[in-house]
Parts: sequence; structure tokens; C-alpha cells
Amino acid sequence: MTKKAILVLEDGSVYEGYSFSAPISAYGEVVFNTSMTGYQEMLTDPSYAGQVVVSTYPMIGNYGINSEDFESNRIQVAGFVVREECHIPSHWQSISNLHDYLLSNGIPGIAGVDTRAITRRLRSVGVMMGMITLEESPGEALERLSRLPRYDSMDFVNQVSTETIYRWDAPTGEDALYHIVVVDCGLKLSILRILSRMGCALTVVPCTTSAEDILNLKPDGILLSPGPGDPALPYLEETVRGLLGRKPIMGICLGHQLLGRVFGGKTYKLKFGHRGANHPVRDLDSGRVHITAQNHGYAVDADSLKGGLEVSHINLNDGTVEGLRHRELPLFSIQYHSEASPGPKDTVNSFERFLEMVRG
Amino acid sequence: MSKISKVLVIGSGPIVIGQAAEFDYAGTQACKALREEGVTSVLVNSNPATIMTDEGIADIVYIEPLTVDVVGRIIERERPDGLLPTLGGQTALNLAVDLANAGVLDKYNVRSLGTPIQTIRNAEDRELFKKLMADIGEPTPESAIATNMKEARRAVEAIGLPVVIRPAYTLGGTGGGHATTMEELEYIVSIGLAVSPVHQVLVEKSVVGWKEIEYEVMRDAADNCITVCNMENIDPMGVHTGDSIVIAPSQTLSDKEHQMLRSASIRIIKALGVEGGCNIQFALAPHPMVAERWPPGGSSEVYEHLQNGCPPYYVIEVNPRVSRSSALASKATGYPIARVAAKIAVGRRLDEIENQVTGKTMAAFEPALDYCVVKIPRWPFDKFASGDRTIGTQMKATGEVMAIDRSFEAALQKAVRSLEMGAKSLLWEDPSWRDRFPVEPSDLRLWGIMASLRRGVSPEELSQQTGIDPWFMYKFQNIVEMERRLLSEPLTPQLLWDAKRLGFSDEQIGTLADRLPEQVRALRHNWHILPVYKMVDTCAAEFAAETAYFYSTYERENEAEPLEGNKAVVIGSGPIRIGQGIEFDYCSVHSAWALQEAGFKSIIVNSNPETVSTDFDTSDRLYFEALDEESMRDILENEGIEGNFTPSSIVQFGGQTAINLVEPLARSGMPILGSSAEAIDQAEDRRRFEDLMNRQGIPQPPGGAATSVEGALNVAKLIGYPVLVRPSYVLGGRAMEIVHNASELIHYMTLAIELDTRHPVLIDKYLEGKEVEVDAICDGERVLIPGIMEHIERAGVHSGDSMAVYPGVNLTEQEVEAIVDYTIQIGLTLQVKGLMNIQYVIMASDEGSTVYVLEVNPRASRTVPFLSKVTGVPMVRVATKVMLGQSLKEQGYETGLWKRQKLVAIKAPVFSMSKLSGVDTYLGPEMKSTGEVMGIDYTFGAALAKALLAADLMLPLEGAILLSIADKDKPEAVPIIRYLASLGYKLYATEGTAAMIKAVGIPVTLISKKLSEGHPNILDIIRDGTVDGVVNTLTGERGPLSDGFEIRRAAAEKRIPCFTSLDTTRAAVEALINGDQTFSVQPLREYLMKNPR
Repeated sequence: MTKKAILVLEDGSVYEGYSFSAPISAYGEVVFNTSMTGYQEMLTDPSYAGQVVVSTYPMIGNYGINSEDFESNRIQVAGFVVREECHIPSHWQSISNLHDYLLSNGIPGIAGVDTRAITRRLRSVGVMMGMITLEESPGEALERLSRLPRYDSMDFVNQVSTETIYRWDAPTGEDALYHIVVVDCGLKLSILRILSRMGCALTVVPCTTSAEDILNLKPDGILLSPGPGDPALPYLEETVRGLLGRKPIMGICLGHQLLGRVFGGKTYKLKFGHRGANHPVRDLDSGRVHITAQNHGYAVDADSLKGGLEVSHINLNDGTVEGLRHRELPLFSIQYHSEASPGPKDTVNSFERFLEMVRG
Repeated sequence: MSKISKVLVIGSGPIVIGQAAEFDYAGTQACKALREEGVTSVLVNSNPATIMTDEGIADIVYIEPLTVDVVGRIIERERPDGLLPTLGGQTALNLAVDLANAGVLDKYNVRSLGTPIQTIRNAEDRELFKKLMADIGEPTPESAIATNMKEARRAVEAIGLPVVIRPAYTLGGTGGGHATTMEELEYIVSIGLAVSPVHQVLVEKSVVGWKEIEYEVMRDAADNCITVCNMENIDPMGVHTGDSIVIAPSQTLSDKEHQMLRSASIRIIKALGVEGGCNIQFALAPHPMVAERWPPGGSSEVYEHLQNGCPPYYVIEVNPRVSRSSALASKATGYPIARVAAKIAVGRRLDEIENQVTGKTMAAFEPALDYCVVKIPRWPFDKFASGDRTIGTQMKATGEVMAIDRSFEAALQKAVRSLEMGAKSLLWEDPSWRDRFPVEPSDLRLWGIMASLRRGVSPEELSQQTGIDPWFMYKFQNIVEMERRLLSEPLTPQLLWDAKRLGFSDEQIGTLADRLPEQVRALRHNWHILPVYKMVDTCAAEFAAETAYFYSTYERENEAEPLEGNKAVVIGSGPIRIGQGIEFDYCSVHSAWALQEAGFKSIIVNSNPETVSTDFDTSDRLYFEALDEESMRDILENEGIEGNFTPSSIVQFGGQTAINLVEPLARSGMPILGSSAEAIDQAEDRRRFEDLMNRQGIPQPPGGAATSVEGALNVAKLIGYPVLVRPSYVLGGRAMEIVHNASELIHYMTLAIELDTRHPVLIDKYLEGKEVEVDAICDGERVLIPGIMEHIERAGVHSGDSMAVYPGVNLTEQEVEAIVDYTIQIGLTLQVKGLMNIQYVIMASDEGSTVYVLEVNPRASRTVPFLSKVTGVPMVRVATKVMLGQSLKEQGYETGLWKRQKLVAIKAPVFSMSKLSGVDTYLGPEMKSTGEVMGIDYTFGAALAKALLAADLMLPLEGAILLSIADKDKPEAVPIIRYLASLGYKLYATEGTAAMIKAVGIPVTLISKKLSEGHPNILDIIRDGTVDGVVNTLTGERGPLSDGFEIRRAAAEKRIPCFTSLDTTRAAVEALINGDQTFSVQPLREYLMKNPR
């Protein structure tokens, strides 16, 4: 009835379970997320491109799949690892279940595995490449894995970014207050939903759009979106450099890391990243602590910052940089996800802060 | 804010339904937290069976009644800077408001810490609360106040049916109801207006059947807020959350819904200004499948809201304090809510408080769970067969169990095992159900649902019938499907693995797959299907945690490597139930600490989330597990090394739960510390014990056993009535009765034989003498008796329901000598190693008195905390060390009675009868009380006054009393009645009693017992407050139809003292005669150290 499947990590550890949804193999960087709800948003978050996501919460799919909570137009994860997939969900909005939804996107899942054991492994060794496979032996899988490109060497931003420019208008019947250009590095739709609800007209541009082309769109402000992978992307850094001081800028997640980099900051890879909905962040100005949603594997090195950029927020757990601002220029950035989805909405006022900056 | 250096913490008083051991856990954590902050803690509680009242937890401990007067005197003496009212349940919260209203807080400049008094008022007062919620835009169910039928109709026109009607100022929801039609409305409102003393009812929109979701929120003075977790009640709105099966975290909410309620919770705690912890309950619109039928009679118009993306919700209630739910949330997540709340109250910020579990992160974060937690309430209906088993808005559970696992099915089944209801796994069905299964709310609903599913009723249909979300029904269905597989398929390794992953016990699997549990266990070992233990770490393994808090699950990786070094396992006592309360948790905790003192690592196993023993820092390692044979053996094997070493278990402190594990552990060759299995059996087995007593020449009441009516009549004839009868197969005074004549005996025997023909009924001579109880510690060579307790009620009243006096003030020297002598003999003969409890009855006669031994319990009893506190002998510590091999002598103790303290302490029982409709309140051989209080002072009178005051049994100095006294008790009652009359009490009495009172020349008002013959009758004068107390002794005729039953229930519901024993009555009247009730109020330590001032 059920097909056996294994998850093999590049350090040789093997976790047995069974295959659900697409009965195919998949590989990627294996990461864990500690959110207890929000799997639909996670699956469709482009920042997970190239990654096999392990959900630490054991029962996934309980409330099915609905037509509202997509963060992009398709599943972005390479594979999904759960302790238990719920086959008969129960929710007023549910239109599908986890199995069928993954299957419709051709994404494999593995269930029945000891996800806590995997998490402990990733926590102590660090994130690593891994593969979900059905027929191969662990040795065969490892051998094939060694020949596949590594996550860190890939530009996933370019893969997930929109190919064409598109507009996202303010709610009908309202005049747009501001025009915001969103540079799509792996955008979550919630960002557009929030800004639009706040009265903004939005233009979403591909990540390869030049600074000049962006400015030609006559934006009141520019948002650098989150996105997957290593932020060391010269073409994007060049674009951002060209935007500095021209218009107010807000960077989120990868956008935040890009801002750090163009100010000479270094970025580095975290051992196992921050992925969850419970990360405490301290606002260094007010001293206040907020609970944030996070999804990132890289961070900005605080000591390397130059050129008037300073740290505004830190992570209470490990002291890493969570927010930046500039002493003179109208720009700031956050490493966490104020758009939540999934996660707490405690910092949704970051967008107000951005619009205030746009207002001038 | 000036620096706070001294804080008064108010405890929650005795254990009653709705306020169990969770507040001992909260208070203990708070006192420890205050100590860490360098703040002196002053603790007051009337309940001696608590860890928080131990020296070493709080700095200054008062065991005194929780009244404005007494606490006012404590404040006057101690002059604390602040008062912490949020850790002692509703009792402490109400007392804090009363102290503020009485001006005590202002007078002594005491600040209410954590939660301002105004916040308490805003949260507790319905109208203020609704207004505050409206101000911040949070929805509450629409409601209106009506003082007549017209207004009620108008209210319904605005709100729409169905509605809930709540009469103003009545207790426990009396006179209210749920109206789905206008006819029902008219009926219920007419009653409601009549019973409300202000002729007012609240008409509120009904959300019965909606999802009930709770959030635990924390906030500090800097306005930082976090939510610790949310919880979903499986039973929807309409069932009290304390009586609901609850799962954490929520299972059927999408992230959007969860965040909607989470954000609302944070807005609410900010608006209230709580500094500390707060519990918020929401009603969330149910699944459309359920909404078709719920609320009953309601329409699904609410689903128009759904077009907006989120279902509608209402804020139902806020508890601006630590609660039962927060204790559950603490254990479910590892986040110590009470500890953090106490630190916030003295000015700490969330980001300054360390997360002790990880040792790396701070309290300003939200726990991530990688398991689910199921809580099931423990109801007392096994004890109260006549009680009304339906559950609703009035909580009836005495305790609860929690289980953790990585699937819902497994957590649920483990929780069911933890209930310790004998063989009542989910497979259990009541044979009397036939084809009507109880799916309406009651303690049996879960089993009724399972039985229905087994017979093919669809999960969807059951969801509609019950309002329980389909998700849970599908999970129940999974369990039923596995049952089918186990019945029909060969038992393969894969099938066994799958069954264990769904939480099936070896016993269930054995039943279904036609094998003995032991064979299933052997198969598991052969096939390497063994549980692993995973850690509760607050962070889903994101960080390496330092605590050792484990649960079992069937997965691949085991995180609980055997603890190194010397170690022992303390077996806990499971859920709080009548007969096995918080006292045993007290003992378990002390035993764990004593082990540590002796250089041993302590391991605790328990299933009760409301306790100090399941706090992760009480022991070196905590296994949160069911206390049954399978899980104990699994744990002991896991702690074993290479199969040739198994750590020893301590079974003396977990009540009957742990004692019941002796036999299976011994059978499987697992070592037990202290008294051997053989010694325990000798004390527990009636026949063996009788033989032993005969050999020693220690008198026992004459008796015999019978399996037939004729046999029983013969035994009774031989020994003479009255006799005490009980089945031999149940322990702890269950189904025990005093039988006065042959016809009662025939009635009892007929019933007993119907229930069980295999086991004999034990028949003993009922000796109506003075009952005395001792706890003793024996090391095999010496026997230390810390104290003797004399009961106020004569034998026949269960010792747990009796008032006990230390020291035995009315015992003769000869009686004390006999008691000490017998106790030493019994301890040495049985070779007890550790604690034992012996109950004696003393029959006085002209030739001197005879001491009979009633029973010996080879374990710690419920009086151990009381006796430890009043004698200063740390009994559990001493006993634990004895078990480890340190003799009494080495510990500095000699054989015999410990020196008598110059104080008097009285333990009084506390009942929860107003909450259990249908339960008769008379005192008898079956235990009924849920908790206890202590009155301590230098004289008997003062101690008695305090005990009665704390137990709410004190009669007012002047007033009226209703007397209805059985013929056999009338002569004895006369002096008591004279006392009452001399105090100016107005007397009301039923026919026979009135005639007797008149005959002795005391004025009395006759009141009709006949409920059908005009007014006022006896019930009227109880209900309308004419009388302040009731004395009603038993005629022998019992049962729900008797007049006595009606009288006792009316008194319970009116919450006035109702005395069913003349002994208790005499004590209460004596306390009145002592008049001005002068008593000391001082720290416990001073009673022990100083002579009277």
C-alpha cells in the first residue's frame, strides 16, 4: 500500500519513512522549520527554493489546502519531510489535502520519519545536502548526491523571480497613496497584499531589472524582497547600489542582506538558519522585544558594516543582526518577516515605518 | 517603582473541584523565583498538604485561614511591600479584592503586584469586561439584561435565538438555561427571574457548539508580550474547559486563524494591563458540518462572515492570573509560566529572564512543540455512582492527566491509560449500553463515540451530533480501524509497530490479537519494537536543552540515555481523585529531594500536569508517563544498563497507584526500595494480615467473609450488628457501608453478588468507638512514631473525611501506650522499611479501654504532610533514607513516640459538594472530601476555630439552625441543642426532632419535612437563607428520594454548613462557645519553636 522511502543526508545518516504524493526522488539543502501551523505558506514561499524542508511539528496537513494562503503560484520546496501527513483534513476553507496538492505540483514528500532525529542532526552538524529517494540504496543516493550541484553554488533568486513586470493595484475604488516598486527576488504575496491594503500601487519587477529601469518607473519607494540562497549576487548588489539615496528603500530578508552587502558588510552562512515563527527580536532603540517569523540561512556580519549603516535590531537567541538602518539615507531593512504568513503579525508596523519614510 | 524586598503570596487553600494542585505548583515556582530575585517571600495558605508551605520554599510560612481578618493581621505584622494575588487561583484573587475593598492594602501601603486590583475587577465583572472589550474592538457575545419577560423577548429580537439565560447573583448557574425556542425562553426566563434575588437575568447569544480555543499570554511592564501556547478543547463550547478533553497546540486552526486569535490575545492583555500571565478563552465558529446543527436551533448565518477570510470569534473569558490551563500549558511546553509571572511581578522583563530549559535562550520567545499533548479530566463518578454524570458549564472533575506523544491517537490513548480506571482502555464498553451510546457530554462520551464508530456510525454524523470537529472524529476512526486490523490480520512486526505508533497498549493489542499482554511484550522485544524517549525542550530541538523532561514514543532515536551513577525511581500518584490527592505529590517530591540529598539521582514518573512533582526541576529526570505496568517496565528497562542492572523503584509515596505496581514489578524481577513486596502483600491481604495479628495477639474487630446472602447473615448474627461490609476486591474504602440490620444486609449482599460472584464480601463488627491514626517509620529494627492523631468523628466516618487532632488530647496514657506498643510490634513483624499508616479504634468500657487495629497501609498516607509539619519530623526524608539503608539510629531517631509538641493542630476535610449534583453529602465509610485545611494554635479551642474557619464550616456567632436528627441520635443531641439555644440560636426542626426539643423545654419552630405539603418547608428555609446551618443525621434510609438527601443537597447548593455527624456538630458548637474566637496568627515555625506567648 505504502511505498518505502528514505531521506539520506550527505553525512551518511539515513531516515526511513514512506513516500507520499509524487513517488519520485528529490534533493536539496535539508532545513527544518519549527512553525506549528502555516505549512501551505511555507511550501509556497520562494525562499525555500532548492531546499528539502523538514517540519518539526509532527502532524502536518490537518486543515488541508485552501485557495487563500498561497505565497506564490506554485510549491517552491524541493521536497517535504513530515512525521505524519493528514490525509483527511478538516477545515471550512479546505479544497485539497497535502498529498494531492504536492502531487499536483510534482513535489515528493516523505512521511513517517523521525523528524526530531533529523532536526537534532541538522542542529549539531549544520544544514547539509540530502535526498529523498524510493528505490536507491543509501550508498547509491549518496553517490548521486555527490555529483549534483550544491545549494550554495546555485542562483535560485533568478529562478524564482518573475519573468515579466506586473502591476498589483491598490484596492479598487481607492486612489493609490504611493507607488512602490518591488524587486522580486523570491517574493511572498503577503507583502503585496499588505502594501496594497495600505493603499499602495505596486509594480513588481524581475530581479534582473537595472536600477535605471526601476527608477524610470517613478516609484515613491522601493522594496527589496526576500528570496532564497546566498545573497552574494553581484548583479543585484549593483542594482541596489544604483538605488541608494535615490528613493526610500526597505529590504526584507534577502533584501536586507543585499543592503548590508552594498554597504561593505559581509554575509555568512548560519549553521542551521532561522526558520520558524517564534524568534524574539530586540529593537535596540526601544528595547522592546517582538516575536517574529523568520526564514533565512545567511546573516549579515555586524562588525563588517560600513558607510553609515548601523544595526537596529538583533536576535535575542543568538545575537545575530535582525535589522539595519542608515544614519542619513532613507533606507532600512529587516531580516525577519513582518508580513508573517506564516507567523505572528507583531511587527506588521514595519510597513508603516516604510511608508512614513516614503512620505518623507 | 521602588525596589520590592518583601512580597506576600496568597495560596489557593484546600483542594476543591476547580482548584486542584496546580496552584501548589504555581505558588512553589513563584516562591523559588522570588528567592532567586533576592525578594523575601511571605506565604499564607490554609492547606498543609502543599510543597509551597514547606520551610525552604517560602521564607516565612503561615498556615492560617484565608480570610480578610487573618491575612490583614499577617500584613500588619510582616509589612510586605507587595502582594502577589495571581498565583493562588480564584481564592487568592477574590481575597486580594476583598483586602483592597476593606482598605487593608492602602492602610499598610501594599501594592498588588503583577495585576492591579482594577484589572482584576475589569476581568471579573461581566459588564466592565464587556465594555473594555468593546473599547478595543474585541467581540463578546451579544447580551442584554432583562428584569421582566417583555425585556427578555425584546433582547431576543435583537440577539436572535438560541440564547443562554443567566440569572444574576445565583451560584453555580442555578436557574439558568439554554433556549432555542421562544417557548423555552419564556419558561427559563420565568424561573430565572424568580430565583434571582434581584429579579434580573442576562440574556446572551449562545455559542454552544463553537470551537473553544484558549491562549496563554505573558506580558511584562515594558509591554513585551508573548503567547506561551494555544489549546483546543475537543469538547466544544458548552462544556467547562476543566471538564473538556484538551489538546495543545490547536489542531484544526489554520495559521491565519491562529494568528487572528493570537493577535487578539495580545491586544486584550495589553488593554487589561496584566503584568504576568493571563488565560484567554475564545469561541471560534465551528466547521460548517458542525455549524449546520450547532448551536442547537441556531442557523449557519455566521458563515456569511467567512467570505471575509476568517471565521467570526468571540472573547468568552479572561483569567487575569495563573490558572489550571496555564499549569497545563507550562507542562505541555516546558515554559514555566508561574515562575516567569513572579519575576515579572517584581519588575523583571521577559528578555531578562532566562529560559531554564535551554539554558541559552530567554523567556521572551514562544515555545515550539514537536509533539502534541492531550489532557483528559479525571471525574469522581467511580466514587459517586449516584452523581449526575452529565457535564456542562459547572466543572466536576477533581483532577486531570496529560500525555505527550507525536501523534494525536497515541497521546490520547496514553492519557486514557493514565486515568487509571482499571481496565478501561478505549476498548471498554458498558454492557448496559446495548445500542444507545452516550455521545452527549458526560464522562463516558469518549467511550460512547468509540462504540458508535465501531458500529459503523460515520465520523461526520458523530461530529454533527456532538459538535466535535471532524478532524478528531477521523482520528478516533483511525483507532477503530487499527482495532479491526488487530482483530483480523496476523500480528506482524509492521502491524505491531503501527499499533504502537497509535498508542495501543500491550494489553489492548493482546485483547484484540488474542495474546497475553506478556506475550505481546515478548514479541516487541524480539522484534525490537521498543519505545524511545524524547525531550520536552520548548524549542522543537532547535537548541540543545539542559533539562531532562521526557516522554515515550515509538520512533527511531532515543534521547534518554540511562542516567549515570546511583539512582532511584520515585513512582508518582497520577491524577488527583477523591482518596488520592495532593498529599501524595507532596510525598513524591520530598522523596526525590531526599534521594538527591543522599547522593542519588532521582527519577520521577507521573502523569499529572497539575503538580510540583512534574516540574522539570524537581528531580534529576522526569518521565511524563502513564503509571501502569507497561510504561513502568519500559522506563526501568530504559534506565537499565546492559540488561543486568535495573534501578530500584520507590513505591511508598505514590498512594495506591504506586502500591498497585509492586506486584507486577516484583513479578518481572524489578527491585523495590524499602518494604519488600512480601511485606506489602502481608499488610494488604486481609486474611494474611488477620492471621498475623492473631499470632501477635493484637485485637482486631471480629469479622468474617461471605459469598452468599445466607453466609453473610450468619456472620453478622455471630458478631452482632451493626457491621461494616465491603467487597474484598476493592481498596480504599470503596463501596463500604455500615449495615444496621438484616434487611439492610440482604439488600447490600444482593447487589454485591450481582456485581461480582467470585470475590467474597468482608463483614466486620462495626465498632463505634474513637478512631485514632498513626504514621510511623520503621527501619526493621526501630519504629519511630512522629505523632498520634485522634479523630473527632467516631469510627465509621472515613479517616479522610474526619477531622484529625494532633496530639491525641483525649487519649489516656494506657491507650497511648497500647497504640505505641502495637505500632512497634506491627512495624517490626511486617519488617516495614519506610513508612506505614495504622488506623485504630478504641472502645472504652468499665474495665478500661481496648485498642483494636483496623487496618495497616504499608505506605505513606495522606496525613504525612500534616504530621511532618506539626511535629517537625521530615517524615518522607527520613523514610527515604531508611529505604536507602540509613538506619533511624544513624539519622538520630529512637524507637517510640516522638516528643509531643506544645501545640494543637487540627486537620479538617473540605468537600466540593455544591459542584456535584446528585451526590449525597453525608459522612460515612466512603471518602467524599477533595481537600483539607489545617488549624494550628496552642489550645484545642483556637485550633478548632481556625480549622472550621478555613474549611468554611464555622457557624456564625448568632443565627438560626435547622435540626433533623435520627431517633438513635436524639439523646446524644440534647446537650448540643441546649448549647445552641443558650447562644441565642433560633432553632428550626422537623416533626420528631421538634417534639424532642420541645419536650426538654427549648423553644423551637416546627417546619414541615413534607415537600409536597405547603410552604415554607425545610427546603424553602434553606434556600431562602432563613437558616445558617443544618444538622441532619442519618436514619439509615438513604438514596436520592429520601428527605434527608434533599435537605443535604439543598444545604450543599446553598453552601451552608451541613453536619451529618453529631461529633462534628459538637465540635462546631464548642468552637462557638469559645466565643470571641481569639487565636494566634503567626508563622508555622513559631508554633514549633516557641511556647505560647
